[in-house]
Amino acid sequence: MWMRLAAGAAVALVALPILALIGAAAAGSGDLWPHLLHYVLPHALLETVLLLASVGALVVLVGSGTAWLVTCYRFPCRHLLSAALVLPLALPGYVAAYAWLDVMHPAGPVQMAIRQALGVTDPRAIPLPEIRSLGGCAMVMGMVLFPYVYLVARVAFRTQGADILRAGQSTGASGWLLFWRVGLPMARPAIAAGGALALMETLNDVGAAEILGVRTLTVSVYVTWITRSSLPGAAQIALALLVLVAAVIALEHWGREHGTHAVSNPATLEPRPLTRLGGLAAMLACALPTLLGFVVPVAYLVWAASQRISEFGLPPDLAAWLGNSARLSVLATMLALMLALPLAYGARQDRKPGPGTALLKMGTLGYALPGGVAAVGLIIAFGRLDDLTTGWAPVALSGSMAAVVAAYVIRFLAIPAGGLDAGYARIRKEVDWSAQSMGSSERHLLWRVHLPLLLPSLSAAALLTFLDAMKELPATLLLRPLNVETLATALYAEAARGTYEEGAVAALMLALAGLLFVLLLAVGRVRW
Amino acid sequence: MKRTIIAMGALCLTLGGVSAHAAEVNLYTTREPNLIRPLLERFTEQTGTTVNTVFVRGGLAERIAAEGSRSAADVAMVVDIGNLMELVDRDLSQPVQSPMLEAAIPANLRAPDGRWFALSTRARAIYVSRDRIPPDEAAKLTYEDLADPRFRGRVCIRSGQHPYNTALFSALLLQNGESWLRDYLTGLKANLARRAAGGDREVARDIMAGVCDVGVANTYYVGLMLTGRGGDEQRRWGQAVRVVLPAKGAAVNISGAVVARHAPNRAEAIRLLEFLASPEAQSLYAEVNFENPVRADAPLSPIVAGFGTLRVGTTPLPEIAAQRSRASRIVDEVGFDR
Repeated sequence: MWMRLAAGAAVALVALPILALIGAAAAGSGDLWPHLLHYVLPHALLETVLLLASVGALVVLVGSGTAWLVTCYRFPCRHLLSAALVLPLALPGYVAAYAWLDVMHPAGPVQMAIRQALGVTDPRAIPLPEIRSLGGCAMVMGMVLFPYVYLVARVAFRTQGADILRAGQSTGASGWLLFWRVGLPMARPAIAAGGALALMETLNDVGAAEILGVRTLTVSVYVTWITRSSLPGAAQIALALLVLVAAVIALEHWGREHGTHAVSNPATLEPRPLTRLGGLAAMLACALPTLLGFVVPVAYLVWAASQRISEFGLPPDLAAWLGNSARLSVLATMLALMLALPLAYGARQDRKPGPGTALLKMGTLGYALPGGVAAVGLIIAFGRLDDLTTGWAPVALSGSMAAVVAAYVIRFLAIPAGGLDAGYARIRKEVDWSAQSMGSSERHLLWRVHLPLLLPSLSAAALLTFLDAMKELPATLLLRPLNVETLATALYAEAARGTYEEGAVAALMLALAGLLFVLLLAVGRVRW
Repeated sequence: MKRTIIAMGALCLTLGGVSAHAAEVNLYTTREPNLIRPLLERFTEQTGTTVNTVFVRGGLAERIAAEGSRSAADVAMVVDIGNLMELVDRDLSQPVQSPMLEAAIPANLRAPDGRWFALSTRARAIYVSRDRIPPDEAAKLTYEDLADPRFRGRVCIRSGQHPYNTALFSALLLQNGESWLRDYLTGLKANLARRAAGGDREVARDIMAGVCDVGVANTYYVGLMLTGRGGDEQRRWGQAVRVVLPAKGAAVNISGAVVARHAPNRAEAIRLLEFLASPEAQSLYAEVNFENPVRADAPLSPIVAGFGTLRVGTTPLPEIAAQRSRASRIVDEVGFDR
């Protein structure tokens, strides 16, 4: 009963900004909608779908491919790479985009070197691929987001199908065949879950797309709100965006449907040796995504930050930024976990998809809301609430830390909810039945039986939520109280006037904070 | 569980808001903190009044509107006339009578009833490659020339939907009409060397790199680059371009501020505005940010003075700002940002 109530509360919280947006959209945008429909949306939709398709293909291919290699084969630097492949998760997409824009600029190191090698001086003489493009954006985002798939696929390969894979190996089937015929289908639920997270991140990104000149639906929401000065129009696009979100969720559902969830025998797979050449190729295949998604952009940040520090010293407010980021993120993570548990638990109570499953799905909707859009919805909703409580509530919600924390929880609840749901899928129902048959109460079942078994999923979800909260920018920017800067907003303040190299120190701190947690994740103390 | 609750309680305690001071003023701003910090520190030194700030980019008006009568905002400070007018149009500002402000700021740069005040001006200038465009040709350039076929594949500009460009296109729309603007933007788009994206500073960088020969960007960026505050590399970007104020008249934009409708510290808010319009603060605008002061008696930065004289046209700025939604739609119609 209490669990249902808590699940309901979680969904109500997520519904808050969405309802506010529906209210705003219903106000009508006058004659703007036909204009948007004719001139803006078709192109924005096309760019969004193309971006989703390319990022989706990239993360699935790179994420599951590298996971397969590090699980099934022995090759040079395997252990190092197996951990390093998680690193891109530490880097916010917009930071990676800034870094890559500089690295790949016609005046940047890569293009200069190519022109020098060819003996050309005019950049217009040989057109090199432009990073400010759909392809460039897909590449940058794909290389930052693939660990979402890598993480879950690795666990799936390692545990779920060791028996089957071993059987496959014994038939002498080639590695490719095993990957396509056995590995991928078996890990499909995991890959679908990780891929869906990556696609949601792509959908709600504004920073990277804006920097790289890609006019996605999400960017259009912002432009409609800010430049076209129409909140109703922006809300209408945002709601249309939710249709795409539903499509992603449906895709994930379809991907999970035929998968085998419960682990029959969590035996680990013994990796096979490769030929010298094969080992080298495997090593390169795993090193390249790490380079593109982490090493190159972070090396650039280190260089830029060291220049700033040597010239101007550390930013005096750095500790305060870090403290604010950490406090907000820790609080949001704990709240999100506490709300995710009843959601996942409720879904488990369903014999077949029923009310619990529906609540769980609804609770994850916030993840796909672009941060700024969620924030607008929240600003409106909190404004209304404040109006209602004027006179008796001592503090207003608007412009409080609580508003920021609420925004994080709404946006990132999907991570612990999905993680715990997947964790539950690995606990057999028989466990519940036997506990209940022995007279175990719901509370006992939850605290003494489920929680210990869920601990690995719980810790992984906590880490991912914390990381995402640290990186969160648009909602933080719009909702935070006076005099509060976080690492992300401090970085953005510089980026906003185009002097993002001055934000390099904050960006690097953000990456390092991410790194710390990613390392914990990689060392294997916690598992997805 | 108990430990979690205790930990959360402890965290909540540390999340308290800004405590009340004797004299303070709350500033909501879309101006980047580092640009205005020197100004605000000077204000606090002089008056003892603490300035609490929150830097918000898009959505400043939305936030103030949603906070309603409980809003902490005393002063809202924005760049771009369109953003300023949004505050006024949505009735988020209040009239202010201040002889000091009226004396300091020319009548065409403030509202007659004191609902908004410009604090600095800046031109939307044409950046020209020093290497590849001869000085005499550069000096004659107009915005119209940028759509001329001779510049095919040679022009750089940020998104057509950025407020700075919307303001420029609004001014052109008011002068020349809708069909002219449509043709103009079509021609300009055909001339682009790259997608209309990125920031103003990238126009200078792309010109230096040889990606394009001409571009459109605000004046003060070059000042910031030339000081070397962003490092040597940026100084090279600044050195690569010549800043041209079109001979027929440059599009002028402003940064400005309003006293918020429900300002809890109204007196301090007015005092802050008066300080920002004082000779000292106005000189800082020129010195630190390379903007043009609104006070006639405040000196320009020598770098900016070198770009030529900036004249604010006779068309009232709010009239230009009122065109922004039409201008923005035409940008969509010609697919400028694609």
